[in-house]
Amino acid sequence: MTGKPGTLTEIIRPANMTDFIHALQTFPLLRYALLAGIFSSVAFGVVGSFVVTRRIGYIAAAIAHSILGGIGASIYFSRTYDLNWLTPMVGALVSALAAALIIGLISLRNKEREDTIIGAIWAIGMATGLLFMHYAPGPGVNLESFIFGNILLTSLSDVYATAVLSIAVVGITIMFYPKLLAVCFDEEFSRLRGIKSGIYFLLLLCLLAVSIVLLVRLTGIILAIALIVLPAATASKMAQRLWKIMVIAVVISLFCTVSGLIVSYVGETPTGPVIVLIAAVGYSLIQVWQRCFSRS
Amino acid sequence: MTEPPHAIKLGGVTHRYGKTLALDDVDISIRENEHLCVIGPNGGGKSTLLKLILGLVEPTEGTVQVFGNSAKKACRDIGYVPQSIQFDPLFPISALEIVLMGRLDHLWLGNYSKKCREIARDSLSRVGLEDIDNKPFADLSGGQRQRVLIARALACAPKIMMLDEPTASIDLSVEEKFLDILKELRKSVTVLLVTHDLDVISTVGDSVLCVNRRVHRHSLPMKPETIAEIFSGSHRIEHDRETRHSHGDHSTCEHD
Repeated sequence: MTGKPGTLTEIIRPANMTDFIHALQTFPLLRYALLAGIFSSVAFGVVGSFVVTRRIGYIAAAIAHSILGGIGASIYFSRTYDLNWLTPMVGALVSALAAALIIGLISLRNKEREDTIIGAIWAIGMATGLLFMHYAPGPGVNLESFIFGNILLTSLSDVYATAVLSIAVVGITIMFYPKLLAVCFDEEFSRLRGIKSGIYFLLLLCLLAVSIVLLVRLTGIILAIALIVLPAATASKMAQRLWKIMVIAVVISLFCTVSGLIVSYVGETPTGPVIVLIAAVGYSLIQVWQRCFSRS
Repeated sequence: MTEPPHAIKLGGVTHRYGKTLALDDVDISIRENEHLCVIGPNGGGKSTLLKLILGLVEPTEGTVQVFGNSAKKACRDIGYVPQSIQFDPLFPISALEIVLMGRLDHLWLGNYSKKCREIARDSLSRVGLEDIDNKPFADLSGGQRQRVLIARALACAPKIMMLDEPTASIDLSVEEKFLDILKELRKSVTVLLVTHDLDVISTVGDSVLCVNRRVHRHSLPMKPETIAEIFSGSHRIEHDRETRHSHGDHSTCEHD
């Protein structure tokens, strides 16, 4: 017997309140989902802290939506020319990086046009994605699973990919932390000290693009932005150093993803929205807490 | 006999933003260890002048040389102190992390070396802030923020210091401390200081650069009325008599 469509229990036996742990041992799919969630939490806790402090949430949103173009194109070309390696995740990664570089270069060269370009890339990405999916041969594409996420599609190779990309994001951040911090705080001064600040801004956007791709399975492209921004925004209320915000944001992200998985498994609901709402509740609580108890 | 070396030399520099003329045919040379105040009305081109010397913008016409090199090549010799108001006050960074930015050019991968940290701590103590190194930027007062930015410029071990209205956001007691810092730099560093503060002008400068599309140098002391006129923008800025005389133009001199 299967549960409601689009929920964790769709292909796994309906939940029995107490045995999430038991289910983890029994169903590899749930295990993959949990592992992918844990690995990607680390990446978007770190990158989200940059997004919140540098105030580029709108760029994150544009990159997330433009991913649909890459997903659509990869489905179209892989089905038309029988390219098995061209999975939706590959398409998502390529289009996310391309969108990040285009937005980044325009933001660096032509500040006044930045918002126009961001809006354009947002819409162009979605439009091309929808057209490619319309013309793709074979069975209809389940658009909803990309837009709102479907953690049931997580495979073992996704878990590996998520682990590698997360390690890359964290490793690059540690290696370049002082420079990224400097460029975010004072781009002009960094340039005067001989730092190619443009390159570091682009690097930051590429890390952001990778993190968003990791979120597509979990929350889908529309909800991804919430999970990038909310844990880091919550953390930024609790600490005043970037690295501390990153550590706290990772912990909050882990809590949101894991508890979201458990709640959605037990409650037979779609996973992405539950995770996002848990993150939103956390952010609201910290806001209320600060209003009521902060000094001054 | 060779001329004393010029720290900064602008020859026939004109700069336009699109069709707007920001600076028009500017010729100035500033010797090493000279201390100059830069004054002029808002929108008169002060910031553009600083940016040209820093190499952040290229002149439309003319040349900018810093220690005989192009401005872009020489930018590491300059310690730049921007206005503290332009920063996000909530940015999660500590005072020491800001000062360490002055050592960015000594960093490749990973974190700053011990020596860089020592230099940064030393710079903080030079501006009297040795005990706040771990304080977040958000918790600093306006005067402390400005001094942290000065410490950051000092950490660059600069040959030239350029400060953009450093006294705009600080109160009088802090201003005194700030003037002490500048006095200490007197012997070793060329200073270019943009200010609207008459006290600073009378204490700091060897002479004053008046910037209102054209740039002219006035020796100190200046008449208060002249300064007032320059700020209102009504004054046609020209070299004062003494400077013209020293440049070989005797047309305004009373002697023969």
